[in-house]
Amino acid sequence: MRILVVEDDLEAQRYLVQGLKESGHVVDEASDGETGLSLSLSRSYDVAIIDRMLPKMDGLKVVAEMREHGNLTPVLFLSALSEVDDRVKGLKAGGDDYLAKPYAFVELLARIDALLRRRTPSGVKTRLGVGDLELDLLTRAAKRSGTDIELQPREFRLLEYLMRHAGQVVTRTMLLESVWEYHFDPQTNVIDVHISRLRAKIDKGFQAPLLHTVRGAGYMIRAH
Amino acid sequence: MRTGHLLRTQAFRIVLVYVVLFAFSVTALLAFTYWNTVRTLDGQTDQIVAAEITGLAEQYQHLGLRGLAETVRSRSTHGGEALYLLTDRLRRPLAGNLDSWPQTVVTAENFVEFDYERPVDGKLEARRARGRMFAVTGGFVLLVAQDVHERFLTRRMFTTTLPWTVALILVLGLAGGALMSRKILRRLDIINRTSGEIMAGDLTRRVPRIGSGDEFDMLAENLNHMLDRIERLMRGLREVTDSVAHDLRTPLNRLRNRLEESVMWLNAGGALTKEDIAGEIERAIAETDQLIGTFNALLLIAETDAGTTRAAMTALDLVSVAADVTELYEPLAEERKVTLTLIPSGDVAIEGNRSLIAQALANLVDNAIKYTPAGGHVRIGTAVGSAGVDLWVSDSGPGIPHQDRTRVVDRFVRLEASRNTPGTGLGLSLVAAVAHFHNAALILEDSLPTGLKAILRFPRAALRATSFKNAAQ
Repeated sequence: MRILVVEDDLEAQRYLVQGLKESGHVVDEASDGETGLSLSLSRSYDVAIIDRMLPKMDGLKVVAEMREHGNLTPVLFLSALSEVDDRVKGLKAGGDDYLAKPYAFVELLARIDALLRRRTPSGVKTRLGVGDLELDLLTRAAKRSGTDIELQPREFRLLEYLMRHAGQVVTRTMLLESVWEYHFDPQTNVIDVHISRLRAKIDKGFQAPLLHTVRGAGYMIRAH
Repeated sequence: MRTGHLLRTQAFRIVLVYVVLFAFSVTALLAFTYWNTVRTLDGQTDQIVAAEITGLAEQYQHLGLRGLAETVRSRSTHGGEALYLLTDRLRRPLAGNLDSWPQTVVTAENFVEFDYERPVDGKLEARRARGRMFAVTGGFVLLVAQDVHERFLTRRMFTTTLPWTVALILVLGLAGGALMSRKILRRLDIINRTSGEIMAGDLTRRVPRIGSGDEFDMLAENLNHMLDRIERLMRGLREVTDSVAHDLRTPLNRLRNRLEESVMWLNAGGALTKEDIAGEIERAIAETDQLIGTFNALLLIAETDAGTTRAAMTALDLVSVAADVTELYEPLAEERKVTLTLIPSGDVAIEGNRSLIAQALANLVDNAIKYTPAGGHVRIGTAVGSAGVDLWVSDSGPGIPHQDRTRVVDRFVRLEASRNTPGTGLGLSLVAAVAHFHNAALILEDSLPTGLKAILRFPRAALRATSFKNAAQ
């Protein structure tokens, strides 16, 4: 996948570019807003990672210009500004996701994967499936190997999110943001408990576990 | 107070303009009244004179010159204000009560004003008269006049006193203006002096009020409110700096030591396996994450506390916020063998920031579950009372001793009993900051028979109109 990185801190840029390349992406980089904008308009990217504060042209402005030119490349904002109202501003300007500095690289990677996935629309799905686990989005029913699984509404949303991102790492913060719509870190890791509850329902009594913990990153649902 | 200072003040300038305008108006008014009065009185005199002349003219026509002289003579002896003089063509007196033809000033239509002398109390006195000349055939001239000396004196008095009056108005007005400006200046000086002291660094100074409730008191009050706010912001800033210095340095130091130690081990070429090093680095990353968490919490508290965050206020239902948080923490409570219950109630709609309130409630519930022993219970509920709108969390844990209750809200305070439980010590501070942001109170009470009840009490003003209806149901 082609990724554009616009970041003026050269050390952070190098770290980002190297990490993304190691993860198998093709990366172009720019260190100011104007270069970033002209790159984004002249070449086609699958995702753009743009810092909020850039020399020559502010990150918000870059994205606004991109959108004005009809460029719909998914944008992930990076920002060192305080989070409370900055997130809203970034998303309003046309960004697709927002990550506050300092961040963990796995968090960034997981979010980019989610953005890339969003980019390839697979039509309106009414059923999700991973291995022998099936989720019917219309009847809100879950089945594994033909056995019905009882799920609470929130557990259903949690499982749905995980299955929509099957094969991808999903971080705790992403779950908290998407499933619970909270943008803060609870003091105790409550997400882990929710996951272990869900795991007990979908994996207990079956041979191959589907819901995996990715150490130091988050969770992933996959067939094997 | 120097004159230059006084002249430069706005109050004095206003007074100056006002006094000049006033003096001008007074002069104009008096002059008009004077002119009008003089005109009327002169008119009256002229009418009397004209009537007399008409009468005398008739006498002359009927009785001739001799008869006229006779009538003049007889009228002259009556005295009073009327003056007569009949002369021949050489202005020699023939009859009348004037001794000689006066030095006259002819005004319009044969009217004259002249000075004459007449005895008053045995002395001759110069007096002013106004009259008219009437030419009789044969060069004889008749002068009929009225004594207007009193009026003349009044007029002269008026013209001499008017400049003095104006001068007096100016002097008195300016003196009053100066006095008034001094009074205003004195109060402004107090405000200026206070601001000066504050600028010099004493932020505890306040502008004194004299309690009259006037504009200056209002100004003082507004300034004081502004200063309170600035002081609070400054205090917040100082607290954050202190907290950052105190509680971020320690873990940063620990992190540094850990990394240095790793490098030392590597350089010494010790029998360190790759796993050992990776583990060491992972611990360092975990420590960094903890630091970031603390740092974020501090920032959020500072912003919320100072009210600088522009977090949006929307209508929200406290019960649904409570339900969401209960749902989030329910599995954790179950794992800790603590019963977490949401006490049901009707909708309680208030004006607030959903994210902040949810976070505050999450912190309270997190604490409650953390400190409640297995088998205990944690309850969440809402209540609308006369004191305000409550969002409360109660637990059956050990509670907080009375003497520590105000202290636990401070940043980084962790009571001795809980030193071994993980946490930044910022949980309750954030709750207090969120409460402050919403003008709500954070109340810590005993929960019977044991435990703590934490109440976020929002002011009734935060209630949305819809909740009254719902609360009544």
